[in-house]
Amino acid sequence: MAFVELKNIEAGYVKGSPVLKSFSLSVEKGELLSLLGPSGCGKTTTLRTIAGFIMAEKGSVKIGGRDYTRIPPNKRNIGLVFQSYALFPHLSVFNNVAYGLRRRKVDRATIRRKVADVLKLVSLEHFEERLPSQLSGGQMQRVALARSIVIEPDLLLLDEPLSNLDAKLRVEMRAELSRLQRRLGITMIYVTHDQIEALSLSSRIIVINEGTIEQIGTPEVIYQKPATPFVARFMGFDNRLSGTVIRIQDDRVLVNVQGFEIKAILEKIAGLKRGHQVELFFRPDDAALVNEKRENILPVKVNYYNFQGNSIQYSVNCGESELNVVMVGKHDPQKSYEFLCVPADKLIVETRGGG
Amino acid sequence: MKKSKALVLILILMLVFLLGPFLVIILSSFGSEALMKFPPKGFSLKWYDKVFNIKMFRTTFWISLKVGLLATGTALLLGIPVAYTVVRFRFPGKSVIELLFSSPAIVPGLVIGFSLLRFFIYVSNIPIIVGLYLGHTAILLPYTVRVVSASLRNFDPAVEDAAISLGSSRLFSFLSVILPNIRGGVVAAFILAFITSFNNIPVSLFLTGPGVATLPIQMLVYMEYYFDPTIAALSSILIVITVFIVQTAEKLLGISQYV
Repeated sequence: MAFVELKNIEAGYVKGSPVLKSFSLSVEKGELLSLLGPSGCGKTTTLRTIAGFIMAEKGSVKIGGRDYTRIPPNKRNIGLVFQSYALFPHLSVFNNVAYGLRRRKVDRATIRRKVADVLKLVSLEHFEERLPSQLSGGQMQRVALARSIVIEPDLLLLDEPLSNLDAKLRVEMRAELSRLQRRLGITMIYVTHDQIEALSLSSRIIVINEGTIEQIGTPEVIYQKPATPFVARFMGFDNRLSGTVIRIQDDRVLVNVQGFEIKAILEKIAGLKRGHQVELFFRPDDAALVNEKRENILPVKVNYYNFQGNSIQYSVNCGESELNVVMVGKHDPQKSYEFLCVPADKLIVETRGGG
Repeated sequence: MKKSKALVLILILMLVFLLGPFLVIILSSFGSEALMKFPPKGFSLKWYDKVFNIKMFRTTFWISLKVGLLATGTALLLGIPVAYTVVRFRFPGKSVIELLFSSPAIVPGLVIGFSLLRFFIYVSNIPIIVGLYLGHTAILLPYTVRVVSASLRNFDPAVEDAAISLGSSRLFSFLSVILPNIRGGVVAAFILAFITSFNNIPVSLFLTGPGVATLPIQMLVYMEYYFDPTIAALSSILIVITVFIVQTAEKLLGISQYV
């Protein structure tokens, strides 16, 4: 049995219209699991249900084999880290971190030692007397992290913890979180809408859309083999082409796209037959613009381009669809192109209108 | 930058309108004639001396202070939980409660005073001072709810969740984490409510009775018989005290952001 187990949860903010409907997931001990999805998809609701701030109307929440479904949030021993840091503004860094230990009636000397240890762990050992208002965003989030791990929680829940930080700090904190997680072996559930964050931190990712799970998998699988059109679009397969199946050969499918033959590798769709309507998805940086005729090309017209330093982003028209192509490396932006080329193994095939 | 002459004129008119009456009162309180005049003739402090020698002013001042402090305290004790409930939770009938508490000016004071008279004094025989205290608590409640709600709305609800997840009960997290951080709003509510009570005439008018009056009522009664600058002197003292309290609270806690 998994360490954290949600079974057939129905939960939400207004009675009668649940955000989560018959929602189940399991987390192994020591794992860092990400809940990934757009805002409003139910990932924060999931987190708040695990934390106990939302009582599930149906289903059960189990942690470490114990039933937590009806246990109030203050009796759950779960650490929480918020996007807004949520430090206690009137308390010093020391008192912020010590807050949870005091509630647990830990003696003074132990509090001193534990707070000092955890502040050292997040490299804030000389900040004990500071107030939150005297810290930078990154420092505040490290205090919040220290405050939630000092109580030695069974489970650490992080709700978009890096979203308020600037890009450079976000990368630093990501590395630090990853280091802490490996060092302490805490089971973590991490909510984010940022694919890069989820991909670089998690052992497994759950992609959520409108209260239901779209796909569960390792970062590699989610990134390379999205199981549904939603996951594909969310993971950056921004380009879509429509076509008709010409024939199927072993694991390959030949699709007619605007009169051109495009080859793609079939992953899973069974029962695909000649004449079926399909959609092909691919990433902007998996395609290239070329001038010579070769396999898997489509005629295009360049609309405009954006120079982006080490890459150039092109907007091209291919028949009626507008596509996005990113070419990395040194290219002459003025150069004109005739064709778009997508390798067969970079295309994802979905049946028209769903998956 | 080019200044608009019309705007400057409007600004000056506004200031005259707002501050003019205070200036007139303060200046005429120093006049030496027995009839209040503006501009005053001569200079004298005898009206100030008289204020402190009229016994009715002293007793009614203490009644006003007592009623004001007690009613404000009670209105805060009731108003803070109401404000917290309205800001934090969704429940049926919430908008009605919000409307009730967010518009203290909707019901005219005279109506409240009259209905309280029927409700308290005619029906039961509670002492006058208790009637005053209950009546004032009722009119102050909307002020405390409104001001405390405003500061609660500005406070990140995640902070409370953090405290609860660390092991606090909801009540303890309110006392240990929320209350210390909305103290500016609570002080602002206290001052606003106290001043409202201390100045109130329409409600007190109905609830005062033989031997028990508040200071504003006593001033009104005095003015029916005398027109010397004593009232101006008393008003000047009250203005100075009010400005001093508000200014100090503003400096210490920056309360103006909550009102």
